[in-house]
Amino acid sequence: MADLRGRSGSEALQVKSELRDGAAIVRPIGDVDLTGSPTLKMEIRKVATGSVKLLIIDLGGVSYMDSSGVATLVEAMQLARRGQMKLVLCSLQPKVKSIFEIARLDTVFTIVDTVETALTR
Amino acid sequence: MSATMTAAAPTSEPQIRVELRSNPLLLAGVREMVSSVAKRLGFTDEACGQIALAVDEALCNVIRHGYQRAVDRPIWLSVFALGGVWTAAGAAAGTTQMQDERPDALKIVIEDEARQVDPEQIRSRDLEEIRPGGLGVHIIKTVMDEAVYERRPGQGMRLTMVKKRNSATTAAGAKMSGGGGCCGGSGGGQANCDTRTTPGSEKSHG
Repeated sequence: MADLRGRSGSEALQVKSELRDGAAIVRPIGDVDLTGSPTLKMEIRKVATGSVKLLIIDLGGVSYMDSSGVATLVEAMQLARRGQMKLVLCSLQPKVKSIFEIARLDTVFTIVDTVETALTR
Repeated sequence: MSATMTAAAPTSEPQIRVELRSNPLLLAGVREMVSSVAKRLGFTDEACGQIALAVDEALCNVIRHGYQRAVDRPIWLSVFALGGVWTAAGAAAGTTQMQDERPDALKIVIEDEARQVDPEQIRSRDLEEIRPGGLGVHIIKTVMDEAVYERRPGQGMRLTMVKKRNSATTAAGAKMSGGGGCCGGSGGGQANCDTRTTPGSEKSHG
């Protein structure tokens, strides 16, 4: 019997956010998969209000993302466009960046290395 | 979740066969299991990640589209190590120690009891269209060397995926291959749709 209890290194996705210099910074921490994507989507919708002109999603705490996570970020891009906000992704780990490359979305999103760089956009 | 593991099973039998429920909470554990097994079989870290991603995407498709997000339906995941000392030949030769003849490839089979669809309808979609969803099949066919859908006898669907240990499939390679609306990788060369939904049905993810 394979008992996978306790083997999973991933906890439920945590998402934190803050407002800084007119930008909303969203920080998911954990795996953005089928279980975690709805949590991220809810937080993005909560912070992407009319007063925000720059939406930054800091993916430095995300070690795994699947297509549901990518779909959530595509929705965020559409939401930002409708609200005339800029959307910037930052701090992507190599495994996460690779899924954007596979989906050929790495040139569609604005992707930078750090939050500080994202704040200048 | 239940599983059986044997180290020198005949090639027609899987080294691992797991039955799990269609519960998204199990995805992380399954990803870790297949990645860990692939690592022990000599796959690179990048390949292990790709195998885990393909399995995750395949299971997500079963959960969302096959079982309409019901969390209590069965899914079977089987892992076969192709070649190397894990074969029947190695066992028959009385191999008592693992030699450095690691398996050439990993075959992963995912089966379900969901409604059957025409395998020809399970295709990647046009990536030029920027919209949420519809990427799962593209990802599977890009990161794996083979990916073939078929109907199971009686009921349900079966996806057979193969990853070779010396595979050249990488994320960077995905950008170079599979231009236009065609999916990258092998396994059918299908294009312009996705997953297990009927054409025109709406999806919010994947």
